[in-house]
Amino acid sequence: MIKWWKILSALLIFYTLTWGMLNSVPRLDILNETIRNVYYHVPIWFAMIFQMGYSVVYAIKHLSKNDVQSDIISNQAAQTGLFFSIPGLLTGSMWAKFTWGTWWTFEDPKLNGVAIAMLIYLAYFILRSSIIDELKRARIAAVYNIFAFVMMFVFIMILPRLTDSLHPGNGGNPAFAKYDLDSNMRMVFYPAVIGWVLFSLWILDIKKRLATLSYSKNNEE
Amino acid sequence: MKNKFYLIIASLLLSMIGHAQTSNGPQMADSFRSEGKIYVVIAVLSIIFTCIVAYLIYIDIKLKKLENK
Repeated sequence: MIKWWKILSALLIFYTLTWGMLNSVPRLDILNETIRNVYYHVPIWFAMIFQMGYSVVYAIKHLSKNDVQSDIISNQAAQTGLFFSIPGLLTGSMWAKFTWGTWWTFEDPKLNGVAIAMLIYLAYFILRSSIIDELKRARIAAVYNIFAFVMMFVFIMILPRLTDSLHPGNGGNPAFAKYDLDSNMRMVFYPAVIGWVLFSLWILDIKKRLATLSYSKNNEE
Repeated sequence: MKNKFYLIIASLLLSMIGHAQTSNGPQMADSFRSEGKIYVVIAVLSIIFTCIVAYLIYIDIKLKKLENK
């Protein structure tokens, strides 16, 4: 009854929640045990970016085929992505407090970039709700979606790499260079990414079906 | 005999270096782990996550019934 990949996502996350707490991790100053957050904080963001990518693919699909279903999926995926950015921001803020010493820092381009990207996507939903005509709304939203995705990509993937960032792999942060190579952590990190991406797809699947159902119900009346 | 003596001294010094490294190294939750209490946390995490997954499955099945109507 339940699709196999949904069960797989639950099993993968279950594995990362248990083994992620028990396996041995590199001993680093400042980070200490919080290095395990890599298993939980980072995959959440992967899921968010995946959902936004899913959303833009269906936006383009809608523009080429003009179908209602693609518009519904595009909208629901953007919602799911925005939802995942909330725990992403909260966990990041928590982690920052105990390693960088502050809840939020404007020194880090990735934090500011993600905040701007979230505002851009909030504008997407405001844009949607402000247009009454169905076809018009779907098409304008799809065009804006492409713009939003490109801006998000620039703000969180490109700009942080051009300047100095506290995030690993963006500016100079030698403390993380070690974990980048640690095969012990990869054994948990990669399953965590796959698990959370599939989990976000599960949530999207439910939201999509619900939206389709309410759409067909509204059109009956 | 003399060699053995040096060997013992060297091994003692080595063990001291080793000890110094563990006490000066970054703090990890070693004692927490050795006391075994970490398993309680893992159990709590597992229960919470299992409940969430069960709830999602429940919603999923309920939705399927609604779709089949």
